[in-house]
Amino acid sequence: MTERGQSSRGGDKRVLMCGNEALAEAAIMAGCDAYFGYPITPQNEISAYMARRMPDEGRVFLQSESELAAINMVFGASATGQRTMTSSSSPGISLMQEGISYLAGAELPAVVVNVMRGGPGLGNIAPSQGDYFQATRGGGHGDYRTIVFGPSSVQELADCMLLAFDLADLYRMPVMVLADGILGQMMEPIVLKEKPRRDLPAKEWALTGAEGRPQNIVRSLWLGEGVLEELNCTLRDRYEQIQKNEVICEQHDVDDAEIVVVAYGVAARIVCAAVQKAKQDGIKAGWIRPVTLWPFPIEQISKAADELRIFLVVEMSNGQMVEDVRLAVSGKAPVVFYGRPGGGVPTVDEIFELIKQLTLRSKTPI
Amino acid sequence: MKTVFERTPTLKDCPTHYCPGCGHGIAHRLIAETIDELGIRGRTIGIAPVGCAVLAYDYLDVDMIEVAHGRAPAVATGMKRTNPDKIIFSYQGDGDLASIGAGEILHAGHRGEQITVIFINNAVFGMTGGQMAPTTMLEQVTATTPKGRTAAGEGYPLQVAELLVTLPGTIYVERCALSSVAQVRNTKKAIKHAFELQLSGAQGLSLVEVLSPCPTYWRLSPAKAMEWIESHMTKVFPLGQLKGGR
Repeated sequence: MTERGQSSRGGDKRVLMCGNEALAEAAIMAGCDAYFGYPITPQNEISAYMARRMPDEGRVFLQSESELAAINMVFGASATGQRTMTSSSSPGISLMQEGISYLAGAELPAVVVNVMRGGPGLGNIAPSQGDYFQATRGGGHGDYRTIVFGPSSVQELADCMLLAFDLADLYRMPVMVLADGILGQMMEPIVLKEKPRRDLPAKEWALTGAEGRPQNIVRSLWLGEGVLEELNCTLRDRYEQIQKNEVICEQHDVDDAEIVVVAYGVAARIVCAAVQKAKQDGIKAGWIRPVTLWPFPIEQISKAADELRIFLVVEMSNGQMVEDVRLAVSGKAPVVFYGRPGGGVPTVDEIFELIKQLTLRSKTPI
Repeated sequence: MKTVFERTPTLKDCPTHYCPGCGHGIAHRLIAETIDELGIRGRTIGIAPVGCAVLAYDYLDVDMIEVAHGRAPAVATGMKRTNPDKIIFSYQGDGDLASIGAGEILHAGHRGEQITVIFINNAVFGMTGGQMAPTTMLEQVTATTPKGRTAAGEGYPLQVAELLVTLPGTIYVERCALSSVAQVRNTKKAIKHAFELQLSGAQGLSLVEVLSPCPTYWRLSPAKAMEWIESHMTKVFPLGQLKGGR
């Protein structure tokens, strides 16, 4: 059994891994004690990898009978103070929303990976960003938030996992890593290297058997008058701290840009290439890539909107993050949306042409 | 003066929120006594259901968790798999375990999880106002079967214990009742045996089904409710050690 923060596969060596396997190995490195999951495409490499690797590391792997059971196994393991996770894809994450709400209410840490596919319903198994609303708005019932990462490379996906476990423990809440079918399946060279860790408080609330101390209770039911309101206010204060301290966002060439393109995840990689092409064409273009989708980089986008420029939001959906961009821009600049839903992936040229059109350049002759 | 009976320490000294004549108080005491007699308070984790017993942690002085409706066996699985040295028990009613949680109990039993399940069967949903449960008797009047349950309309009462007996992963299944002093004493023995099995590291799930009175939603006096368990419920839910004798 390896110590927390270690993995027999970790080190400085560059390795070629698909996103699903990389995030699984990163979870092991983060000290994940137990993985529970139910099969669904396009994230099945995660559970197959965990089934092989977790027992090797002396940790727990269990295939559950459903997503409902998986998230509740996570709930149980987390309540005893263990680091634990599950993974699924869109329809399965819908089934887990009840449990995620209970995790939020009971103030339990957990990491949930959603490798998004097309929806609604059974949808398809193509990559999508259609679950942004569900992930960033809480998804389940009640007044809560989840920290949400939207990584755009296999390396960043792995790095997010390390941070996700720390933030879950630090703020005692579920953290979601939002990938998509491309990122999960794509292979890239990565380095699985330990990063500096947060100082984490001892889990004095954990259920370990009440030996020599008063009982601990993990609960989300508060019937007394005003008691739940008090919990909600505590959570609200915590969420405000997170908004202040945990925003991660990348900005490129925003200062003198006449157009700023905002995108996350795989869509941001396509945007990056389109913006480079526009710059070669003499267009002053910049781009902003939120890495945390909640907390959302409101300040960064608001500041960028202080100068007169156009915002273009590109998503693999019918437009979800665009609402957060509009809220951040707050009417100070025009916000245009371009999306490809249902498994469609925008091409570099589609976005390049749109950038040209919005900055009043002539069309590329065919 | 000699003390001949006292409250067992793991049962808290507090007023009850249960209705007069309810069986939960008795069942709680039997669990608390078992934990104290086995000396396992410091390594026991209990799971409260959704239903009347959602506040079980207000009475049982052990580490406890309250979980989503029906999911206790999954939560117990997550706990036991990561803490094999702890004693994990779930306390579930018939709405919780036999209706919405039928999948979870079936698969926890199927996998042979090393947990102890105390299943309180009072043939109704209590907390929400006495609706029909899967265990409701034929002809029994409930809030949602105002003319009585019919086999054609709602199906037959679900025999959970008999269902779990068929799974290789279960090692001990017994059905008891709280209908008389003798039955209460027998229920205590069954609960204790189920805990002892887990304590010994026996491979598999143990379940004790407890036929328990709900005078409020049976529309009976507490005394008549006890009689009704024996005259009606035990005919459909026969008592006995169904699997793994003690």
